[in-house]
Amino acid sequence: MIRTKNLVFEYIRRDDEGNVEGITRAVDGVNLSVEPGQFIAILGHNGSGKSTLAKHFNALLYPTEGEVFIDGLNTEEDKNIWEIRQKAGMVFQNPDNQIIGQVVEEDVGFGPENMGIPTEEIWERVEESLKTVGMLQFRKASPNHLSGGQKQRVSIAGVIAMHPKCIIFDEPTAMLDPNGRKEVIRAARALNEVENITIILITHYMEEVIYADKVFVMDKGHVEMSGTPREIFSQVDKLKELRLGVPQVTLLAHELRNAGLPLPEGILSREELINELKRLK
Amino acid sequence: MSIILDHVNYIYDEDTAMAHPALIDVCLNIPNGQFVGLIGHTGSGKSTLIQHMNGLEKPTSGSVFYDGKDIHDADYDRKALRAKVGLVFQYPEHQLFETDCFKDVCFGPKNLGLPQKEVELRAYEALKQVGFDDEYFYQSPFDLSGGQKRRVAIAGVLAMKPEVLILDEPTAGLDPKGREDILNLISKLHKEMGITIILVSHSMEDVANYVQRIIVMNKGRVAFDDEPKEVFRHYKELEQIGLAAPQVTYIMQELKQAGFPVDSDVTTLEDAKNEILKAFGKC
Repeated sequence: MIRTKNLVFEYIRRDDEGNVEGITRAVDGVNLSVEPGQFIAILGHNGSGKSTLAKHFNALLYPTEGEVFIDGLNTEEDKNIWEIRQKAGMVFQNPDNQIIGQVVEEDVGFGPENMGIPTEEIWERVEESLKTVGMLQFRKASPNHLSGGQKQRVSIAGVIAMHPKCIIFDEPTAMLDPNGRKEVIRAARALNEVENITIILITHYMEEVIYADKVFVMDKGHVEMSGTPREIFSQVDKLKELRLGVPQVTLLAHELRNAGLPLPEGILSREELINELKRLK
Repeated sequence: MSIILDHVNYIYDEDTAMAHPALIDVCLNIPNGQFVGLIGHTGSGKSTLIQHMNGLEKPTSGSVFYDGKDIHDADYDRKALRAKVGLVFQYPEHQLFETDCFKDVCFGPKNLGLPQKEVELRAYEALKQVGFDDEYFYQSPFDLSGGQKRRVAIAGVLAMKPEVLILDEPTAGLDPKGREDILNLISKLHKEMGITIILVSHSMEDVANYVQRIIVMNKGRVAFDDEPKEVFRHYKELEQIGLAAPQVTYIMQELKQAGFPVDSDVTTLEDAKNEILKAFGKC
């Protein structure tokens, strides 16, 4: 679905007169591949290059060196760009920055309308997308009157209406309350499991990652670790070095282990921990 | 010496068709030196509440007292109040605007009309308090990382020498280490300088780890107001209003139900660890 080959991206910093002051390498030699239908999580501290990398996945940025292929299409070829943006949709952090319609259903219809879809089919897509994210009863509502989690789900519906094969979520829950976070993550998982859409989730919340098929950890522009959530979260100390953490359950299990209880590393859920403790009793 | 809200009501767009209440009969007393957590789902009235505490909003009815004086009395100096009750908004780094960090921090005290020397001294102290290195003082704030920018923004408020510091989700959008650094910084300000802290947060784990008291808002009313242990004991009610307890609280509840001899009123990782080790006779 997504493949990058020695991807490098450099920002050129300029002073007030436009002279080059320096070059920042935000992405530095990334090779990764994502299979269709996978749920991928990308972790990394602020400034590690996660978002810059993600913006290559729907041709918002082009590589300085190397290549990016989306469903076999090279992002650098201009003729591919609209097809790529339709195949790979993006949901950003702030729901208020990505909603443009006065009414929910108009906002969701904006994408397919721009693709030149016939009106009748647009309405079908709008209805189906809103249903998928559980927002159909709000189709006539004004987005201003929705909660953060609801607005974010409308943004997701807007992406789904374009029938993408892949959706990239760039910190979609950073501004939401616990309930809103749950709603959005639930929607992302359902899209993956039911609709078989490939999901790329970028987040700072470790709890959201435990269901992913694969986790990439970025540091200084390159992929520092990759593996299943269990493999990644077994390395508590390494993650801390990378300014990250682990879910609270995993940390508790880790500390209990250090204090002498024979628990396995990489416990991810409450249930697992309770069962392990029962076994020890 | 405290902030007191006495039967405060606030209605948005009063006398219009859009009128809706944001605060309903809120009574609170926040004594000096407390570290308070304020939680509630989006739209529960948290932000409206904190804007009442430094006089940015005026109650539709009821009164707000600071140090025993009604802040909406005709002769009350609300400008001075805003220096004493510092408010750090969400994503405060969006408000940075100067060409270098030092100048940005100077902006607040300069507006208080202080002499230049005092302004610079305060800016210097504030940047030191947030753990900012000298070498970055004259850098553009826009070249810094997210966590560093946020420190500069907090320093800008500290330079006003506030007695109370209100922070609206100071860790939103930061990586785990950045979150921990900012929370440790806030905790240090509370301990070393005795500043009253009101921390608005969506992270129950953070709130449980740091604060002495939790105020829970729901639909404009105070739903709970107690120490963390007591508040999180109501985890089922909290879930109904869109919140939750820290993960460890759930673990301890489930362990207790499974027959382990543990105290289920646990809200921090450290306590959970000790309780479980005790149950296994390892302590």
